Amino acid sequence: MNSEIIEIVLRSIYVSGTATFLSAMWSIPLGLTIGIKNFYGKRLVKGVFNAFLGMPTVVLGLVLFLLIRHAGPFGFLNLLFTPLAIIIGQALLITPIMISFTTSAVESIDLDIRDLAKTLGATEIQASLAVLKEAAGGTLLAFIASFNRAIAEMGIAYMVGGSIPGFTMVLTTAIALQRDMANIELGLTLAAILLSIVFAINLILNLIQKRRP
Amino acid sequence: MKNWTWLTTITLITIILVAGAYYLEVFPTTKKEKLTVSTTTSLYDTGLLNVIEDTFEAKYPIDLQIISRGTGLAIKLAQDGDADMMLVHAPSKELPFLTQGYGVCRKIIAYNFFAIVGPETDPAEIQGLTTLEALTKIVEAGRKRQAMWISRGDESGTHAKEKELWRAANFTWEELRSETNWYVEARKGMGGTLILASERSAYTLTDMGTYLSHSTADLIALKVFISQEKELLNVYSAIAVNQTRHPHTNFNGAINFIKFLVSDEGQQLIGDYGKNEYGQPLFYPAVKLLQESNDPLANLIREYALFNGTECPAEYRYGHSELYD
Repeated sequence: MNSEIIEIVLRSIYVSGTATFLSAMWSIPLGLTIGIKNFYGKRLVKGVFNAFLGMPTVVLGLVLFLLIRHAGPFGFLNLLFTPLAIIIGQALLITPIMISFTTSAVESIDLDIRDLAKTLGATEIQASLAVLKEAAGGTLLAFIASFNRAIAEMGIAYMVGGSIPGFTMVLTTAIALQRDMANIELGLTLAAILLSIVFAINLILNLIQKRRP
Repeated sequence: MKNWTWLTTITLITIILVAGAYYLEVFPTTKKEKLTVSTTTSLYDTGLLNVIEDTFEAKYPIDLQIISRGTGLAIKLAQDGDADMMLVHAPSKELPFLTQGYGVCRKIIAYNFFAIVGPETDPAEIQGLTTLEALTKIVEAGRKRQAMWISRGDESGTHAKEKELWRAANFTWEELRSETNWYVEARKGMGGTLILASERSAYTLTDMGTYLSHSTADLIALKVFISQEKELLNVYSAIAVNQTRHPHTNFNGAINFIKFLVSDEGQQLIGDYGKNEYGQPLFYPAVKLLQESNDPLANLIREYALFNGTECPAEYRYGHSELYD
């Protein structure tokens, strides 16, 4: 039983951690762009991402399930009921969070830095990197909040992961399953672990927010 | 502030990378072939499939991937080729699955009995009655607002059985269903339905395995009123997905697993499971029993779960007639 718990905890961190990094690959550049650039419809774009902050996980899970099942348009990828399916689903789920956090982090710093960097001969990308460096605290916040949302979600893990023991079962789906199997003690142990992870992350989040200038 | 931020970032990245590496190291995604089995919840939630999986995987280079979601969804997943085989308990739904060309090589693996459970106080006074009398009493008491019935309401095997029982007791299920002040659809798995029935002091139909595990864990306060009656017979079958329809499925793995389930070893695992924990087996092996010619229980199973006198008509045996010798 013990190695089973460790396995589930590690899998959860692995799946949600990978999802966070995967999402960062597109979310941070996008958030940065939206934060720095002024363009027509910027408020609309930000509004859309804000609206998707509250995306119900089961809805996303259901849509993904329909897309990747064998009869679906992406069935040939053989993704259904694999950890990778959960990773992709969670990465999509947290995209709006990451973009919103990054955008507001960038907007909260003085954009003169960018102009300054540019007058000193920096290219567009170098100037953006200078801004990102200033917004490091806020970007970290985006990471942590996203990871938190990913590891605590259940709808996607259940719908596209299938909660297969030893393969795609993560903390949230394991807890639900223990109720169905009438293993209340094991369920409580897993719940305590998940809570500890979420609380620890929130603590870090609060510390960072407090220390932000 | 800067140093602190970077320190946290590095720590976090390290934790995630180490966890990921360790996870992949300790629990490598096996090179073994995968066999996805969609199953009715009762076989998995009781823990039986865990035991079977351990023994089976020790013998075969196959990685069993079990998806436990009730017979309705189990059939749907197999039908769409999202599973390689299924374990279900609804003969009325299994026959069309074969005839429509989705499934092959059906084998009956086990049986047990459903039970009608309810509150200790027995407001409908069904103690000592036969199944059909009891159902009539529950409807009468329900219409007088003295009793409640909780239905799975989720197209599971248990739900299919419930509908058959109402029909046998001369009620129209669609009509009962509209009487929402005493007939409630849980739309949950068996465990959730039992907890709901217990909280609302209602009657419900359950498989014995889930009832015993929840009762032993003190999650429910419900009493078994009727079980072991012929109307309450519950027969579990294994069916492989037709590879002609879904070429990507692992048909050979499915056949191996079905053969294991009906082997002496598999049947013994099924028959012994639960004896220690609950003082009684939760499932009874069916293979040997069906070879007896005149056993009354065997006849009952034949009557209930065979199609034209066979587990699987010859045209759906997919070249594996040895399963039926």
